[in-house]
Amino acid sequence: MTKMNLEEYKGVFVYAQQVDNEISSIAFELLGKATELAGKLDTQVTAVLIGSDVKGLTDQLAEYGADRVIVVDDPELKDYRTEPYTHALASVINEYKPEIMLVGATAIGRDLGPRVSARVATGLTADCTVLEIGDFPINPIPGKEQKHNQLLMTRPAFGGNTIATIACPDNRPQMATVRAGVMQKIEPKKGAKAEVIEYNPGFTPNDKYVEILEIVKEVTDVVDIMDAKILVSGGRGVGSAENFKLLEDLAEAIGGTVSCSRAVVDNGWKPKELQVGQTGKTVRPQVYFAIGISGAIQHTAGMEESDIIIAINKDDTAPIFDVADYGIVGDLNKIVPLLTEQIKAAAKK
Amino acid sequence: MKIVVCIKQVPDTKGGVKFNPDGTLDRAAMLTIMNPDDKAGLEAALRIKDQYDDVDVTVLTMGLPKAEEVLREAMAMGADHGILVTDRVLGGADTWATSTTIAGAIRNLEYDLIITGRQAIDGDTAQVGPQISEHLGIPVISYAEDIKIEGDSVIVKRQYEDRYHMVKAKMPCLITALSELNEPRYMTPGGIFDAYDAEITVWGRDNLKDVDDSNLGLKGSPTKIAKASDKVRKGAGEKVTLESDEAANYIMSKLLEKHIV
Repeated sequence: MTKMNLEEYKGVFVYAQQVDNEISSIAFELLGKATELAGKLDTQVTAVLIGSDVKGLTDQLAEYGADRVIVVDDPELKDYRTEPYTHALASVINEYKPEIMLVGATAIGRDLGPRVSARVATGLTADCTVLEIGDFPINPIPGKEQKHNQLLMTRPAFGGNTIATIACPDNRPQMATVRAGVMQKIEPKKGAKAEVIEYNPGFTPNDKYVEILEIVKEVTDVVDIMDAKILVSGGRGVGSAENFKLLEDLAEAIGGTVSCSRAVVDNGWKPKELQVGQTGKTVRPQVYFAIGISGAIQHTAGMEESDIIIAINKDDTAPIFDVADYGIVGDLNKIVPLLTEQIKAAAKK
Repeated sequence: MKIVVCIKQVPDTKGGVKFNPDGTLDRAAMLTIMNPDDKAGLEAALRIKDQYDDVDVTVLTMGLPKAEEVLREAMAMGADHGILVTDRVLGGADTWATSTTIAGAIRNLEYDLIITGRQAIDGDTAQVGPQISEHLGIPVISYAEDIKIEGDSVIVKRQYEDRYHMVKAKMPCLITALSELNEPRYMTPGGIFDAYDAEITVWGRDNLKDVDDSNLGLKGSPTKIAKASDKVRKGAGEKVTLESDEAANYIMSKLLEKHIV
């Protein structure tokens, strides 16, 4: 790789993903993390906003922590397409030289991130769950320079069986994609303003500009389990789609939302939108009920950050008990309705 | 029409994971399969071959010499040619160095369409496909759930979280395939027999076109592993075995204690 002058690269940048001119939640989460990292590096947070007619969104980004917003606004950027968005973000990176560039690990970010990293010739670490500032190598090695103030990017691999911490010591920006629901937003600062810079590198369509023939929105009335404070999650042990009624009653009584494991989706009992885990969503509610869920690592990878985990399972060797704060070995068909009754009774008092 | 399908031999994650002392994976020590998304990509290519005359499917993999197995499996399913890119100097590559290597190999080939899996189950990065397309200067359509050929273009159903786009791209282009794309066919007995004897093209560093040494292998990888380990889980809490009514009381007491109810 070409030697870069690392000193030229400053600031923590966030790709502020928008879809239909609405900022995606992941952008605010990344701004929260970026604020923390920028504090440690004594530098600024910059949001990069790319789209068509998106200038009105800059104040929102300021409220969630952006000191500066770089807006690339062009009719070619109306809906997400890899090439013009790559051109936009790569041009911003080449012009403004960030030391850190964070992108959401969404269906957009996992396409845009790699394409941009290849264009600007730097490393990219995918699907990070922890981002910290630290030294590389972590422990000094005789005869090797230990670099300070590096972005250390931690991510699961092998279906959640392992975790690795990655650094990008010789190239800039240090790029990472981050899964939705992992980082915390800051409390919005009402009325905050950011410095706004409009930047347009010019867009000339070529063969790399694909044509969008049709956009089909798949509307579901399913709630977003990532926003729920209490999740009542069921697994294969629930037994049938009909038997989820027990969980729905509990969820209603306690003010929670029903979610599920992959087995439940595979059996067609619940839609994919409700799936927690490696191939589903990452959740961190205040309370997570794991009911009839054995707790394979692919599932626990998506929920183990929950504040309190309560597991009910008839198999006392189920691995879910290894991550549960409170584990109950017993029959969910009896325990769940009894618990629902108690919660209802308590609510009446 | 010429299609190149990039496939990867991956450790079966159910079989446990082993590391080299430098923190990279000890691939030689693990059981292996053809990566599921790649297999769906191969199946998509074979369906185009079933549908049209004069379609030629080449499967290409980068890996240890043992990765030849996955090429033979692909050929037993119906691929026409297999290319193994293997060389000591390519070891320890991150996604940048891997995509640089594969692009360097593909530059030797004629192609209309390149198909890769969305992501491999070992790294789960989803980066190599889009990065290959960038190195080759062709369009990419990621997360494909359906692929159709129309003249000199492809029409792809591109999946997002809450929608899909029907996207048209002029060939040559690269598509990354989701497992949801199809149900891959089985190898045929005749196919297995033929694939056993089929000639596999083996390429090393010298066969890579327009690639600088500084972009290859562990040394050419901008990302470095600071540490790797088996996942440390938070410790187990309390576990109780109780009669159902006592169990409900127990949970209720915890919910009250934590001010949730």
